[in-house]
Amino acid sequence: MAESELLVQLGVVGAYLLVALAVGVFAYRLTGRDAEDYYLASRSIGTVVLLFTTFATLLSAFTFFGGPNLAYGAGPEWILVMGLMDGILFAILWYVIGYRQWLIGKFQGYVTLGEMLGDRFGSTRLRALVAGVSLFWLFPYVMLQQMGAGEAIVGLTNGAIPYWVGAALITLFMIVYVVLAGLRGVAWTDTIQGMFMLSVVWVAVVWVLTSAGGLDAVSTSLADTKPEFLALGGGLYSPQWMISTAVTIAFGVTMFPQINQRFFVAKDARVLKRSFALWPILVVLLFVPAFLLGTWAAGLGVSVPEGSNVVPVLLNAYTPGWFAALVVAGAMAAMMSSSDSMLLSGSSYLTRDLYRPFVNPDASEEREAWVARLGVAAFAIGTFVVSLFRPGTLITVGDTAFGGFAQLTLPVMVALYWPKTTRQGMLAGIAGSQLYYVAHVFIPSITLGGVTLFGATYFTWDFALYGMALSLVLTVGGSLLTTAGADERADTFTVGSRAD
Amino acid sequence: MAQQKTDYLWIGVFAVLVTFAIPWFLWRDASTWLGLPVWLWWHVGWMGLASLAFALFARGAWDRGMNVDPEEVGFDG
Repeated sequence: MAESELLVQLGVVGAYLLVALAVGVFAYRLTGRDAEDYYLASRSIGTVVLLFTTFATLLSAFTFFGGPNLAYGAGPEWILVMGLMDGILFAILWYVIGYRQWLIGKFQGYVTLGEMLGDRFGSTRLRALVAGVSLFWLFPYVMLQQMGAGEAIVGLTNGAIPYWVGAALITLFMIVYVVLAGLRGVAWTDTIQGMFMLSVVWVAVVWVLTSAGGLDAVSTSLADTKPEFLALGGGLYSPQWMISTAVTIAFGVTMFPQINQRFFVAKDARVLKRSFALWPILVVLLFVPAFLLGTWAAGLGVSVPEGSNVVPVLLNAYTPGWFAALVVAGAMAAMMSSSDSMLLSGSSYLTRDLYRPFVNPDASEEREAWVARLGVAAFAIGTFVVSLFRPGTLITVGDTAFGGFAQLTLPVMVALYWPKTTRQGMLAGIAGSQLYYVAHVFIPSITLGGVTLFGATYFTWDFALYGMALSLVLTVGGSLLTTAGADERADTFTVGSRAD
Repeated sequence: MAQQKTDYLWIGVFAVLVTFAIPWFLWRDASTWLGLPVWLWWHVGWMGLASLAFALFARGAWDRGMNVDPEEVGFDG
């Protein structure tokens, strides 16, 4: 690659990241130093910003690079999985879990999920368990962003810049950003980046189609080279796989710290309602073009080098270098803001649910703020180090994290709606399903008497689904078998005073 | 205003939206329209329909479903 083009590409990426940083600094000047403002922007987030900040949080390496890679390798049916998962299931959970949590949080002033559950069940153990489990599964997902950024830079520069540089760059930016900005800064850049990516993905589609001879030509080449891709299902896409993936990810997403904390931040109910109704539209607008790019790349015979992503390679082949760089920069910035949201929420879990209750109950606000920032830096450096080992593809790493979070969802839903839920039931449901899930992630599969244990599926259905069922059975069963302690306050979860 | 019986219909509506988000009746169908698979067009239309259904739900049954009065939760549209 010409040296001048490389310089242009790096200039574009660098300039974009600096602009994103400037927004954070500006928001920092508006941010108060107390926890409600730092973590929740004083519960004052409006529709557009809430919608985009939640959406942009989903706009991670998983969506931008993992999704098109999957469409490139296995066909575009991933669009349907994401539609079911994000457009429909997540929207419904947005209401069922999100609105409920918003109502409870508004009356009780909670900032984190662990705090809400710990208070309701009178248990700091439960609070710490929820926070610990969340931080554990957050780790691979932050790592995913660093892997995505590293691979993106490799793809963009044809390997002139090594993987670790991209991963290190994004790590540095995300630490600086979170330490400076707080939720207001994160939410603002999420909005700008969400809109930017939405527009740029469509420009990319038009550009690729124009240079490749139009939709008909692209479609014909796809039908010639990959006829299998046009047919619904087949190959990787079995009904079991599609349903399992959509269900575990949709349920998992609601327990992601950064998403779950969004349930507390809306200014009023109208904001939540609008976001809910706009959700499926946004899903179509973003995912259809993004995943079609991956699909078309397969039809056009674009070859993707090992360890890089299809989108930058496709754009390099069909659009000018500066535009490819702009898309990669936008995607990296989106990943950065996803990671920022995650790290920010993660730091609130760390300080409020673990540090303050267990280590130093009398810590000053200032000290707590320092612990939060040091925690962010340590976490991000840890994920960076592990990301250098490339422990799996973007989709597998993401899927593992989502599945881990999904184990929390059903116990939380039971707690939100069933006043007879007890502390013991919650502890059993969460700890039991986590043990089951962790065992399946880390223990290699073994076959005993014709039955495969610890494999990816049982009876062709993903093991994560069985974990979810287990969490439900343990929570409900445990609650039925035990009686609530005197310090459990079911009334904190009562919402509404309407007479039926 | 008490919980309306029609509110329970929403559970059915949501179930249908979930069930046909993937057009199972087009399984293994490779026909295309305007250069894209027919099942992809189904997806686009279905998401539009879902958005419409969600908007209607948000207008009517949203607060009744949680047993709250709109006045309790501040401004409500």
